[in-house]
Amino acid sequence: MADLLRNEMTLGNFTIFLLLAVVMLLLVLGFVTYAIYFERKVIGWMQLRIGPNRTGPLGLLQSVADVLKLLLKEDTIPAKADRTLFILAPVITFVPSFAVLVAIPYTNWGYFANMNVGVLYYAALSSISTIGVVLGGWASNNKYALLGGMRSAAQMISYEIPLVISMTGIIMVSGTMNIRDIVLNQDGGFWHWNFIPQIIGFVVFIIAAVSELNRTPFDLPEAESELVAGYHVEYSGFRFAFFMLAEYVYVFAIAALTTAMFLGGWHSPLPFLDFVPGIVWFLLKFSSVVFFLFWLRATMPRVRVDQLMGFGWKVLLPLSLVNIFVSALYIELFLR
Amino acid sequence: MAIRTEELLLNVGPQHPSTHGVFRVIVKLDGEVIKEAIPVMGYLHRGTEKLAENLNYTQIIPYTDRLDYVSAMTNNYVLVNTVEKMMQLEIPEKAQFLRLIVMELQRVASHLVWWGTYLLDIGAMSPFLYAFRDREMIINFFNELCGARLTYNYMRVGGVKWDAPEGWIQKIREFVPYMKSKLEEYHTLVSGNEIFLARIKGVGKYDAETAINYGLSGANLRCTGIDYDVRKKDPYCIYDRFEFDVPTHTGGDCYARYLIRMEEISQSLRILEQALEQYPEEGETMGKVPRVLRVPEGELYSSIESPRGEIGCYIISKGKDKPYRLKFKRPSFVNLQILPKLLVGETMTNLITILGGIDIVVGEVDA
Repeated sequence: MADLLRNEMTLGNFTIFLLLAVVMLLLVLGFVTYAIYFERKVIGWMQLRIGPNRTGPLGLLQSVADVLKLLLKEDTIPAKADRTLFILAPVITFVPSFAVLVAIPYTNWGYFANMNVGVLYYAALSSISTIGVVLGGWASNNKYALLGGMRSAAQMISYEIPLVISMTGIIMVSGTMNIRDIVLNQDGGFWHWNFIPQIIGFVVFIIAAVSELNRTPFDLPEAESELVAGYHVEYSGFRFAFFMLAEYVYVFAIAALTTAMFLGGWHSPLPFLDFVPGIVWFLLKFSSVVFFLFWLRATMPRVRVDQLMGFGWKVLLPLSLVNIFVSALYIELFLR
Repeated sequence: MAIRTEELLLNVGPQHPSTHGVFRVIVKLDGEVIKEAIPVMGYLHRGTEKLAENLNYTQIIPYTDRLDYVSAMTNNYVLVNTVEKMMQLEIPEKAQFLRLIVMELQRVASHLVWWGTYLLDIGAMSPFLYAFRDREMIINFFNELCGARLTYNYMRVGGVKWDAPEGWIQKIREFVPYMKSKLEEYHTLVSGNEIFLARIKGVGKYDAETAINYGLSGANLRCTGIDYDVRKKDPYCIYDRFEFDVPTHTGGDCYARYLIRMEEISQSLRILEQALEQYPEEGETMGKVPRVLRVPEGELYSSIESPRGEIGCYIISKGKDKPYRLKFKRPSFVNLQILPKLLVGETMTNLITILGGIDIVVGEVDA
């Protein structure tokens, strides 16, 4: 893989890249399909329901049926909407969500790009999605959508900063922005994983990540009970599906990033368990993070906009700065 | 030069997930801050009071079911109670007990619906399903009793239509301790949640004077520290025989209303416990009532405590079998009037919190 990147771009190489991208897309789509199923099942069990159980064995085809339904739906565009932006918005939201996956290493050999600025790349690209959300809210020419879009913009600014700063501690300790090298630094038992020395950063990161994902308790841009559906209130059919898809791809991305940055990536928690393939460990940790995100949704009420802002600026940002300071002390005292 | 800004005129409702039915508020927003709120009601108006003028008293009872459809039993009672008072009828002991039991069960069911939907408004989805599980049990009891789940048409002038089926009272006896333990569970699940408290503490605050000036009743009044409950102040049915407290709070905010409603559930369970102990197994369910109900000439207002506040019925009779004029004092409608005052200066999010905290049922607002 790494060799391929250095080779000349021939037609054969290009085909390989294209095929791999398609494989990745299919993997992610498969994940999204079953993440939705899993979420509905988990929340169903927590809420005294059964969840989907009719379409296919155990309801396994429910998400497939839902996507098919969305495909068959009429694609409506409001008469007074800004057509170009309205059509463009879901694409702008979706493309970065898929593009960030390039930076994530799944195992020691399984990654797409070994970037030296992996962390930065992720942070930069993932913020582009918000532009799509704001555009969608604006272009819909709907007041609820506009409010949802504005909330999303405010939320993105407030939480992107602590998210990135909370990762700075790790970058300082590891001395690299390459996500693969960061994982390699966490070798040898769970006490080497970043979430223990970087516990402040980890907590800030998880909270900011939930907010970035627009999930409960920070699901303000779509706040169902206030804004009906928020920014995607006017979207139907496959354009709506694109917004939803982007949301779940980000769940995938954030869970994978958390695993790699804080939970030791593909490393086993105890050295004598090293015989188990790395991908298994990665998937286990990854699934736990995904489960955690779904669990929150069944547990938490929604915060208010001003509380969200206050929390972001007055609590998370200072905390993440403290984390940088603590990391610097740690490096100075123990790593020199 | 300053940027030109405009007020945003937003229609919240009549089709909106959190206006609890077809209720509409026109809000003028500056950013997310409400400058002015104008409630629009009447989408569910069915003219119950006018219709009642052409119906005899027994025929009016099913119409009262459809006023406050979350608490139909108390609506039944307020009508039959007024008619009975005007006709000076004796109600058999057993009927009194059955009425009291269903009314208190109804209060528990109604507050459970409020609790679930209020948390849904605030963004927590699970409590809604928990609340409806327990409410479903109560509704099944009513279904066994009178064959309907929401619109019971259970009470009659002079008593109740059906006697309790065999084993029914025993089922309620088992339900009360179950509900008590569940209530505790709900307190541990929700009442201490930081986000929930941050959302409702200090929101929608008013003082006792404002509450009285607006004529509020129920939890909306008691949250300002005024101890007023018709069950205590002017006991009807057989409420004077049982021990219970009227919860009050001095906060005057949504949190105070939340605590009061939760405490009312446990007080209702307390009344139920005592009533089930003293319940007479033998006896009539209908008193001696003339075949055609002719209410003697005169007028009378009498009120009871519904889960939403003081519900009253005012009847003017000209001695016929139909009322000359019938008027319901509907607590949801009265309580709602304070909404525009509370909303000014609040955010869009608090609109939902405050509206939910008032606890309206649109069927009763519009009558």
